[in-house]
Amino acid sequence: MVAVVLPAAFLGVFFLYPVAAIVGRGLTGDGLDRLVGLHASASFRNVAWFTLWQAVVSTVLTVLVALPGAHLLARYRFRGRAVLRALTTVPFVLPTVVVGSAFAALFDRFGLDDGTFRLQHTVWAIIVAHVFFNVAVVLRTVGAFWEGLDPAVEEQARVLGAGPWRTFWSVTLPRLWPAVAAAASIVFLFCTTSFGVILILGGPTRATLETEIWRHAVWRGDLASATALAVVQLVAVVAMVVVANRLQRRRAIGGRPSARRPQRPTKRLLGANLALLATVLLLPVAVLVERSLAVGDGYSLRHYGALADRVNLLPVSALVALRNSLLFAVVATALALVVGGLASLVVVHGRGSVSRIFDLGLMLPLGVSAVTLGFGMLIALDDPPLDLRTSRWLVPVAHALVGIPFVMRTLVPTLRSIDDRLREAAAVLGASPTRVFREIDLPIAGRAVAVGAAFAFAISLGEFGATSFLPRQPDRLTAPLALFRLLGTPGDLLRGQAMALAVLLMLLTAACVLVIESRGRFGSGVVRGDL
Amino acid sequence: MRRVLLTVGVGVLAALGAITACGSDPPSATSPESIVGQTITLVTHDSFRVSPGTLEAFTTETGVTVVVQSAGDTGQMVATSILTVGNPLGDVMYGVDNTFLQRALDAELFEAYESPALVNVPMSLQLDPGHRVTPIDFGDVCANYWIDRFDDDLPVPATLDDLADPAYRGLLVVENPETSSPGLAFLLATIAEFGEGWEDYWRLLRDNDVVVTAGWEDAYYGEFVSGGGDRPIVISYASSPPAEVIYADPPVDTAPTGVIIDTCFRQVEFAGILAGTTHRAAAEALVDFLLSDTFQEDVPLNMFVFPASTTASLPPAFVDHVVLPEDPHTLAPADIGANRNAWTERWTEIVLR
Repeated sequence: MVAVVLPAAFLGVFFLYPVAAIVGRGLTGDGLDRLVGLHASASFRNVAWFTLWQAVVSTVLTVLVALPGAHLLARYRFRGRAVLRALTTVPFVLPTVVVGSAFAALFDRFGLDDGTFRLQHTVWAIIVAHVFFNVAVVLRTVGAFWEGLDPAVEEQARVLGAGPWRTFWSVTLPRLWPAVAAAASIVFLFCTTSFGVILILGGPTRATLETEIWRHAVWRGDLASATALAVVQLVAVVAMVVVANRLQRRRAIGGRPSARRPQRPTKRLLGANLALLATVLLLPVAVLVERSLAVGDGYSLRHYGALADRVNLLPVSALVALRNSLLFAVVATALALVVGGLASLVVVHGRGSVSRIFDLGLMLPLGVSAVTLGFGMLIALDDPPLDLRTSRWLVPVAHALVGIPFVMRTLVPTLRSIDDRLREAAAVLGASPTRVFREIDLPIAGRAVAVGAAFAFAISLGEFGATSFLPRQPDRLTAPLALFRLLGTPGDLLRGQAMALAVLLMLLTAACVLVIESRGRFGSGVVRGDL
Repeated sequence: MRRVLLTVGVGVLAALGAITACGSDPPSATSPESIVGQTITLVTHDSFRVSPGTLEAFTTETGVTVVVQSAGDTGQMVATSILTVGNPLGDVMYGVDNTFLQRALDAELFEAYESPALVNVPMSLQLDPGHRVTPIDFGDVCANYWIDRFDDDLPVPATLDDLADPAYRGLLVVENPETSSPGLAFLLATIAEFGEGWEDYWRLLRDNDVVVTAGWEDAYYGEFVSGGGDRPIVISYASSPPAEVIYADPPVDTAPTGVIIDTCFRQVEFAGILAGTTHRAAAEALVDFLLSDTFQEDVPLNMFVFPASTTASLPPAFVDHVVLPEDPHTLAPADIGANRNAWTERWTEIVLR
């Protein structure tokens, strides 16, 4: 019962009610007319089409780039594996303007940006950045699921004469499908609602529903038009999630966790995969590290040392902002784990319609614009007992709303893949349902929980959009907001400190992800020994 | 040169201060005992900064505690406040500027209050005769140039017309006025200068290969020389060159950038008492405090803008480096409010399509 009520209440109060309030407000004005008039607008059709196709292309490319890496992480053991895995989540915490300039610098360095071909302000800049930001989602969610699949099935196929590609297409991919669909649907939603990437990297001529909602609401003061677009976005997201959930359910195949000892990779395989991952993920990061150390013509740690002192541009020192971010992230992750975990159980074990509604509802916050949610919270949560507008809880709650889908998208496919016979066997042997959950589901799903928690954590650490829309006391500045402020005033000192803060934020993220995941591994190790 | 570059000296302001000399802290309109112990909320934008102890001075003086709530940039703050009109997030708003002012006034965000401290504020800054808002600070958005890129062969452009001259082709980066505050200010400067002819001017700029970015950050750090780009002219602030000195690393004596003062547009920031406040007397005291020398003298080095009050003296670091255009471009807030959406739409068609 708690499993149903708590997530439903959380989603209802902090998402559905605010969104309904702002949509209602917008539509009671001229919003309804604007909504009806949209289909006749050529600029709206352009925006809607561009939103869709850039998201589809970005998602497909992200999956293609990430699958080899997911295979490597799932099937092989090698030195530095845990660190590599943790490092893949760091793009989440990097502000777009920083990543954009890192990419530009890279192109410059390799002579690609010599005037004949320019990445900045093209649609390719958008797509490359989307792959960079989202590759970890596929890598990790699919990787964690893949690890749980028994490789004996592939080996049997090979023994029966199937080549490696045939085996992948006919045996591996169908079994992986639920995880791929889950990861791809998250990436797709991220790409449809991405903001800085479109504005900064895409240049002034490109617009998506997300950027148009913001432009109308904030810059033009036109809530009616913004709401009309927000309704379109909401409907599109609901439709998309319904389809993705169908795909995910239909293909779910029961399996047993592998008891096999993982292999060590051949040098060539490892090398090729690492090169791909490094190109996409680590080169821009390396540029940032270099910049954070550069002082004049030499290198120094000076910018790092300066982070403890408050620059007069910031209300608190950068280190305090980093601490604030950490606290918010801990609370947001705990919320996401509790709500997302309970909701996952409902999705897997609940009755048909309840299960489907939970599966759909808790995905929606990923696909709704920060403006809609932020403004919705402001006008909905403004009366006692829910006068939360200036509450310190609002920021972690908003972060948790984005983290919950990650927890669910890693957890649900894994819980579904657990062979029911295991549960039945336990029940026959006299285990209570709680005991079955504790002894069967939890240990097997440990890895998935850890991956989901790691994502929720990294996302909270790096969240910018919704945070900037919620009222805050200045001393509760978060690290991404501090970074943005440092980059908002000229001066090499400020830029150096911003880069140093970005690097610290990345290191902190990687370290925390490493810790979170080592606990998850412990959980699943126990059951492996028992099997 | 039509506009005289005026490096502001303490002397000038001291002279002005002497003319309008009066007590630095004007008396509050209400008796202090009625507000002692109250806590009021100041709603502001993310760029709001004060030195530690400044707001505490207000508490010591009046017994009123101030809680600061920031709500995004100026555009977000105004949009947020319009949504919450009648049940405001706080008691006083600080930071709405002349480009957003009319929208805030149309939404009836504020209760009128004529602060006695306004006697120290030039009439040119008092843009709302109904006193629904009170000017607190001002600054200018201007084209900045990278000094090293100009010499005798290519002199620094002096006017808006120069920027459209083919000799300066491919040198300018501007921000989109649909998504950026300095971008909008620069568009308004061209409208103030050329009137109906602004559309033709922008066609010339487009032909001259102007680059447009979404925001200030990607203009300054992506396209401008300072951040490693190759364009030597960018739309930024009159206070950007001093920031290049104050935040230089390693330290430098002079700024690598300069300001083209003929291109400047004046931005004035206001404070207003939010309609629906339950702490009217304390809110009035806070508006008075925002115009007091204690707050006004704290403004320049924290927010890189000029204090509105002529009795406030300026810090030396500011005086040495910041230029103050004598005759910047301006437009009436009512004009801006009535036309800005139409102007930016037209601009988009001319420059981006």
